Amino acid sequence: MFAFIISRILQALPVMLVVSFISFAMFAYVGDPVSIMLGQDFTEAQRAELVASLGLDKPFFVQFLTFLGNAVQGEFGLSYRLSRPVAELIGERAPATLELALCAAFIAMAVGVPMGVYTGLYRHSWLSRFFLTFSLIGVSLPTFLIGILLILTFAVWLGWLPSFGRGDVRQLGFWATGFTTWSGVKAMILPAVTLGLFQLTLIMRLVRAEMLEVMRTDYIKFARARGLSNRAINFGHALKNTLVPVITIAGLQLGAIIAFAIVTETVFQWPGMGLLFIQSVGSADIPVMAAYLMLIALVFVVINLIVDLLYYAVDPRLRTRR
Amino acid sequence: MRAFFDSDIWFSFTRSWVTMGSAIIAFICIAGAIAAPWLAPHNPFDLASLQLMDAFKPPAWTMEGDPLYPLGTDDQGRDMLSAIMYGARVSLLVGFSATIFATVLGVSVGLLAGYLGGTVDALLMRIADIQLTFPSILVALLIDGIVRAAVPREVHDQIALFVVILAIGVSEWPKFARTVRGSTLVERNKEYVLAARVIGLGRFKIMLQHVLPNVLGPVLVIGTLNLALAILAEATLSFLGVGVPPTQPSLGTLIRIGNDFLFSGEWWITIFPGVALIIMVLSVNLLGDWLRDALNPKLR
Amino acid sequence: MSLLEVRNLRVEFPTRRGTLVALDDVSFAIAPGEVLGVVGESGAGKSMTGAAIIGLLEPPGRIAGGQILLEGRRIDNLRYDDMRRIRGKQIGAIFQDPLTTLNPLYTVGRQLVETITTHLPLNPAQARARAIEWLERVGIPAAAQRIDSYPHEFSGGMRQRVVIALALCAEPKLIVADEPTTALDVSIQAQIIALLKGLARDQGTAMMLVTHDMGVIAETADRVAVMYAGRIAEIGPVREVVKQARHPYSAGLMASIPPMDRRVDKLAAIEGSMPRLSAIPQGCAYNPRCPRVFSRCVVERPDLIPAGTTDAACWLYAPGAPA
Repeated sequence: MFAFIISRILQALPVMLVVSFISFAMFAYVGDPVSIMLGQDFTEAQRAELVASLGLDKPFFVQFLTFLGNAVQGEFGLSYRLSRPVAELIGERAPATLELALCAAFIAMAVGVPMGVYTGLYRHSWLSRFFLTFSLIGVSLPTFLIGILLILTFAVWLGWLPSFGRGDVRQLGFWATGFTTWSGVKAMILPAVTLGLFQLTLIMRLVRAEMLEVMRTDYIKFARARGLSNRAINFGHALKNTLVPVITIAGLQLGAIIAFAIVTETVFQWPGMGLLFIQSVGSADIPVMAAYLMLIALVFVVINLIVDLLYYAVDPRLRTRR
Repeated sequence: MRAFFDSDIWFSFTRSWVTMGSAIIAFICIAGAIAAPWLAPHNPFDLASLQLMDAFKPPAWTMEGDPLYPLGTDDQGRDMLSAIMYGARVSLLVGFSATIFATVLGVSVGLLAGYLGGTVDALLMRIADIQLTFPSILVALLIDGIVRAAVPREVHDQIALFVVILAIGVSEWPKFARTVRGSTLVERNKEYVLAARVIGLGRFKIMLQHVLPNVLGPVLVIGTLNLALAILAEATLSFLGVGVPPTQPSLGTLIRIGNDFLFSGEWWITIFPGVALIIMVLSVNLLGDWLRDALNPKLR
Repeated sequence: MSLLEVRNLRVEFPTRRGTLVALDDVSFAIAPGEVLGVVGESGAGKSMTGAAIIGLLEPPGRIAGGQILLEGRRIDNLRYDDMRRIRGKQIGAIFQDPLTTLNPLYTVGRQLVETITTHLPLNPAQARARAIEWLERVGIPAAAQRIDSYPHEFSGGMRQRVVIALALCAEPKLIVADEPTTALDVSIQAQIIALLKGLARDQGTAMMLVTHDMGVIAETADRVAVMYAGRIAEIGPVREVVKQARHPYSAGLMASIPPMDRRVDKLAAIEGSMPRLSAIPQGCAYNPRCPRVFSRCVVERPDLIPAGTTDAACWLYAPGAPA
C-alpha cells in the first residue's frame, strides 16, 4: 500500500517538472519582463540593476532552480497587469472557483449517475430515450452557450436569478463563502448548473455505457441462472461493478470542471481564478498565467493520486497484486 | 461501390432517419458555409454596404422585422443570416483544419510509437500521458496565450487563425496517438507484417503501406467526434476573446458580440449564431455516434 | 415420468438477411438422476439448447416452436419472474469460464449466501453455515477461512469448484453444465468431472452435460446426444454410441478420436465442415459430407428413427433404405 503511494507520487513528479519548466520558459523567453516593469524611460544602469536584482543575468539552470524554489513557496512575483503579488490575487479568487466547482461537481454526479443507471437498466423506455436525446444535445452545447441560454431564460426573461457576480459573501477567516447568504446561493445556481451540465451528460453516458457492458458479462448471466432477484442483480451486482470505474472518471472530471470554470466565470463574471486567467491570457500577463498553470497542474496531479487510491480501496483485485 | 451499398453500414445508415437527417443537415451547413460568398444575401464585411439605420432590426417574422434581413441585424446593421454563414465558414475551417492536424500528428506519433517500441514508445507515450492529464481547452488556451505574449500585436492578428488551428490541433493529438499506438501494437505481430519484414521492406514503408490502412478504422470515428470538439473548442476560444481575429469572426465571435446586447432585449444577435453552432455540432455528433456503432464489431 | 422433456424445440434468430434457425425440431428427455451428454462441434447448437432450457437465450434469439417441460409442466412459456423462481432452485447452471462467471468484487461467501437465502428459508447465520458446508463438500480446504476470499484469490480449478457449489447449493433437480472443464488444465479436468459426478449422484441431481470432449462424456454420461447443425443426429446409451454409432456423423466423430492402444499413420477426419446456419442443405444436413448418402437424403429431412440400441436421424434405418 505504501509502495503504491510512493510509486504514484514518483510518477507525478515528471508532470510537475514539465509544467514548471514550461511555466518558467514562459517567464524567461516570452516578452521582456524587464521592459514591462521599467516602463518607457530608463537608463542602462537602471536596467542593469533590475536585471541583476531579478537574477536574469545568471545561467538558465540557476534561474530555473530559483524559480522552482520561489514557486514552492508560492512566490510568483507581481502581476504585469495589476501590479499586485500573484499569490495574493490567486488566493483571493480561489474560494470562488472552488465553491463553484464543488457545486457543479455535486450536481453532475447527483443527477448524472442515477440517470445513467436508469438508462442502462431500462434501455427502451421513453424516459430513457428522452434522457439520451437530452444528453446528446448536452454534449453538443458549448458551456458558454448553456450559460447564455440560462441567463436569457432565468435572468432576462423571468428575472428570477442574478446573471453576474457572486452576491453577498461572508468572510470566514481567509475564505469568502457565498453559501451562507441567500443572495450568494441564488447567484451560485446558474453558474453551477452551467458548469455542471456538460459533465453531467458525460457522466450519464459513461455510467450508461458501463452499465450496458456489465449487464452483458458472464457473472450477471450466472447470477440470473441462479435465480437471483432483479433487485439483487441490478443494484447488488451490476451497480457496484459499474460504479468502480465510474469513480475514477468522475474524479478526473473534477479536474476538468476546474478548468472549464474559465468559461463559466467569464460568462457570469464570476470573480474566480478562471476569470483571472483569461484576463491574463488576453493581456499577456505572464506571471499570472505561469502561476495558474502550476496550480492547476498540482490540483490535477493530486486529484489523480486520490482517484488512484480510491480505485485501490474499492477494487479487491488490486490489493493482492504486488 | 456496389459493395458499399450492400454493406451493413449503409443498411444501418438508411434505417436510422435520425442519422440521415443529421447527415443532410451537416451537408447543408457545410455547403452553405463553403459557398457563403456566393449564397449569402449580403456581405456583412463590406463596410460600404452597411446601413447604420438598419441596425438592431429583429427577425423578419416579428413586427418590426424587415424581410430584407431574415434573421435581423446587429449593432452595425450587418445582416445576421449572412454573418452566420460567414461565421460558420470560419468555424468549420478552423474545426476541420485543427482536426486534420491532430489526426496527422496523432496517427504519425501513434504509428511510430507502436511500431518502433522501446524508448521511442515510452517517451512519446509519456508526453501524450502528461498532456492527457489536462483538459484540451487548457492546452489550447496555453498555446494561444504564449504566442500572444511572444509576438507583437499586429503580427499576431495576421497569424491568429493559424495559431488557433495549431492550438486546438495540438490539444487533441494524444487521443489519436494512443488509439493508433494500441492498434499498431496488435498489427505489428500479425503475419503480414512479419512477411513484409522477411522480404526486407524498410520499416517506414511497412508502417505506411501495410500497417496504416489497417489501423485507420477507429481513427475515422475519433476524427468525426473530434471535429465536433474542435468546432466547440474554437467557439469557446473565440467567445473568450482569444480565438480567431476580429477580422474573421467565427460563430463564437458572433456570440460574444451579441452577448453584450442580451440585456437590452436584442436577443437574436447572440441566439441565432448559437443555434447555428448547436445544429452544426449536433449533426456531427450524431454522425460520429452512428459511425461508432456501425463500425463496432461487438454490436453487430 | 421424465424430469425434463424437450419436444420439437425450435430456436430462431431474426437477422436482417432473414431468419436463422439455430435449433430445428430438437427432442429429447432426461430422467431423474440421469446424466445426458450433449456433444457436437462448435456451433452445432449444444449451448443454445442449454440456454433455451434455463430461459436465458440472448435476444434476438427466441423460442419459435416446441415445448420444454419440467416434471410435466411447461416452462418455455413462463414469464420472466416465474422462470426466475425455477432457475437455481429447480434447474442450476454451470458455465465454462470460472473467472468470468464469478463477480470479482464480491467474496465467495457473499455470493453463496445470497444464492442460498434467495431459495431456502434460512437466516443469514444458517445460510453462512450452509455455505461453508458446501465449500467443504466441493473440496475447498480451510473452507471456514476461504469463504471470505475473493474469486481471484483462488486457482482455476478451485474457482470452478466454487461455481459448482453455487450451482448446487439450492439443491436443484437438474444441472445444465456448459463445457465445465474446457477452461481448466487437463490435470484438473478429471478431478472436476469426478466431483460433479459424485455430487450429482449423491443428491440425485440429473445433469445435461454439454461438451465437445468425448472423453468426458464417456466417463460421465449415461446417455449421449450428438448434435449437428442445430439438430440431433443420434441419441442413445453412451456405450452404444461410442462403440457402435449408427449415424454416419457420429461414427465419423468416434473414428476421429485417436486411439490410445495402437499407432496410426494418419488421423482420421471427416471431409468438409459443418454448414453455417445460413446455408443448411436441404434434406439431411449432413448429406454433403456423408459417405453413405443416397437419394432420399438430399430431399427429405429425417426424424430420429430407432436404429437398434440408439435412435439416429438417418434414412439408412428407415424401411426401404439401401443395404
